[in-house]
Amino acid sequence: MRKVRIGLWVLVGIAAFLFGLFAYQLSQPKDEFVKSAMIGQGIPAFDLPAATASRPALSSADLADGKPKLLNIFASWCVPCAAEAPQLAELERAGATIVGVAIRDREEDVDRFLATYGNPFARIGRDDISEVQLSLGSSGVPETFVIDGQGRITYQHIGDIRPEQVSTILEELRKAGA
Amino acid sequence: MIPEIGLAALWLAAALAALQLLGGLLGAGENGHPLAGVVRPAAVLQAGLCGLSFLCLLYVFALTDLSVLLVANNSHSMKPLIFKLAGAWGNHEGSMLLWVTVMALAGGAIALIERRLPERTMLATLGAQAFVGLGFYAFLLLSSNPFERLVPVPPEGNGLNPLLQDIGLAFHPPTLYVGYVGLSVAFSFAVGALLTRSVTPEFARVMRPWVLGAWIFLTIGITAGSYWAYYELGWGGWWFWDPVENASLMPWLAATALLHSASVLAARDALRTWTIMLGVVAFSMSMVGTFLVRSGILTSVHAFAVDPERGSFILALLAINIGGALAVFATRASTVSEGERFSPMSREGALVVNNVMLSAILGIVLLGTLYPLLTEAFDVKVSVGPPYFDPVGAIFFYPMLAVLVIGPLLRWRKDSFARVKWPVLIAAALGLAVLVAAALLSDISLLALLGLALSVAVAVSSFVPLRGRSLRRLPIAVWGMCIGHFGLAVALFGMSADSAFQQERLIASNVGDVVNIGPWQARLDAVKPAAGPNWVAMEAEMKVSYQGGEWRDARPQARHFWTPPQETSEVALITRWNGQLYVAIGNQTQDGRWQLRLWWKPFVTWIWYGGLLIALGGSLALVGRVAGDLRRRSAKGKLAERREEQEASA
Repeated sequence: MRKVRIGLWVLVGIAAFLFGLFAYQLSQPKDEFVKSAMIGQGIPAFDLPAATASRPALSSADLADGKPKLLNIFASWCVPCAAEAPQLAELERAGATIVGVAIRDREEDVDRFLATYGNPFARIGRDDISEVQLSLGSSGVPETFVIDGQGRITYQHIGDIRPEQVSTILEELRKAGA
Repeated sequence: MIPEIGLAALWLAAALAALQLLGGLLGAGENGHPLAGVVRPAAVLQAGLCGLSFLCLLYVFALTDLSVLLVANNSHSMKPLIFKLAGAWGNHEGSMLLWVTVMALAGGAIALIERRLPERTMLATLGAQAFVGLGFYAFLLLSSNPFERLVPVPPEGNGLNPLLQDIGLAFHPPTLYVGYVGLSVAFSFAVGALLTRSVTPEFARVMRPWVLGAWIFLTIGITAGSYWAYYELGWGGWWFWDPVENASLMPWLAATALLHSASVLAARDALRTWTIMLGVVAFSMSMVGTFLVRSGILTSVHAFAVDPERGSFILALLAINIGGALAVFATRASTVSEGERFSPMSREGALVVNNVMLSAILGIVLLGTLYPLLTEAFDVKVSVGPPYFDPVGAIFFYPMLAVLVIGPLLRWRKDSFARVKWPVLIAAALGLAVLVAAALLSDISLLALLGLALSVAVAVSSFVPLRGRSLRRLPIAVWGMCIGHFGLAVALFGMSADSAFQQERLIASNVGDVVNIGPWQARLDAVKPAAGPNWVAMEAEMKVSYQGGEWRDARPQARHFWTPPQETSEVALITRWNGQLYVAIGNQTQDGRWQLRLWWKPFVTWIWYGGLLIALGGSLALVGRVAGDLRRRSAKGKLAERREEQEASA
């Protein structure tokens, strides 16, 4: 019986140790996202066609006109992009200039998306093979970049923008010189 | 409507589980309780409701009902039907529903079929099953509702991930899941037997087929997963000691030990506490594995959606279940008497070695998997890989195999070496001959050398138990044992031969070049673009020839998917009975040549054949046990009938 008792205590010890370790690690923030290596660097040159008739096209020159901007990467087929539409509208109301890149999209789908969820974009480029997205170091939709007036990436937000994150984005935009 | 039916069925099933728990607890007491009568019907009905709920989920996925959030996030109207259905369980909520469904089905099956144990033990067992189940119901219903609606309804779903559109990947996780969850039955039986103080050989006999069933699924799942990683990842390896792989290996190790200790308990009424402990540990390892995979606290090549909140929930369930089981164990351990004694030189003695070694390997894998987590707490990032797992695991694995050469030949309770001397010596001599020959033939590592020798010795000895017995009247379970052990030898031979003799070449090749690798010649004829529904690829047109024989086609591809953007390697595999040629194409170099990676991997396929043989052995053992039980039951029934007749006529 003594042996069983010792064995039991060993098991209890192992289990308690594991729980402690797991609980501690769970409480630690994790770097789940791959941040773009392009942060702090100039955006690569590109020239995209317009994604919709209602807005002009987008090229890298448009992003170096002296005024900081938000570059939002989205797609009409992306559910979280629809979810962040109110936050983009709020950012626009707060004075941010937002340009969009529509990934692998069709014009009629983009139009329907903008009609449903609102259109906060000053320009929208169409990236049919994700080349601009990849060159910016973005791996999914939606993502939002802060670009300063010289066309340099200063901040990257991965995933949809939640209401409580709007102020962070505005702060980053202000730091970029707005 | 259908999603609401699914959700309602789930709530009803949870309520029944609560009833089952209550009835089980009350009924398992000394004096019984009227509520005990509802336990079995509740378990069966619960299984039906869970099954219905899961069918509802399959239905909304089959129709791509985008008003259901889960479907909108994980499916797409353009997917083939089979991948729409697989999408139902290829996500967190769906997989948790699959978990409770399998658990409820297992519970229902026990309630319906199992009548050999004392009713009190069965009530306690079903109560324990309901207790574990309730935790997962709470998880599903409170934080992971698979039937949640989405407003507004999106025009299209978001789940067209091409990497998940793989038939192997569609069925590999559920296979493992059935194994994981099946071990909950062992857990419940262990707790039930402890609570009612009836850790008997009959208990082990009743539990064994359920453990066997779960173990077979785990074996197949691990084998298939290994092959998938081998051909899909394009690195030429078949086991990476990745946390997710280890998460499936650990329950398997514990279940393997449990199977062997249960057979000691069943046959000889020994190892009582140990068997109970393994029953608890095996399911705990399933839950630890699920926790590691789902919480995302370990970095892995298998990218699952991670969510700390879900991790906390699983961790809480883990703590409640394991803590509860250990508490029951602590209060009842003294009531489990020690059981029969045996000499070290006996079947039991050999099985104890098996158990100790398997437990040690389990500890080593657990430690290696969690070590990075431990050091990370002190801000040191490490990764633990083959240089640790291979040799340290072998320290225990190889002695276990050495004992496996002799163990199955020994008699129960007490035996002498002299009786089994000759077959053991012959097997050992053959192993030694292989060792010397391989060592002289080429310069290979000690681990591989010992692996080759042991695999030959185990393969030879695995069929010795058949010697001198009538093959037709031999119990099927004995065939199962022999084939299972032989499968282990086959798999080990594949692993060792692959590690000892594989040849690798990484070259930059011009079109028209001929490359030699081992006995193969490979010629690059052209590289052409190819396109699929959601990818483009560079495809190499190659011809390969074995020892100057006929030229065969090999067409490796470097694929580029765009939603999400991802590069994958589609390797070309040329299979012969004695190995595989593995060809992968990489990028183009500056001067226009193509990077080619070629491996000649002798006997590598034997690893998976071995895995399947092990599963086959398990299946035969299962069939044998169940058939034996049925025969015994009908014989008992006939006896009882006859006695009644006699009494009536007397």
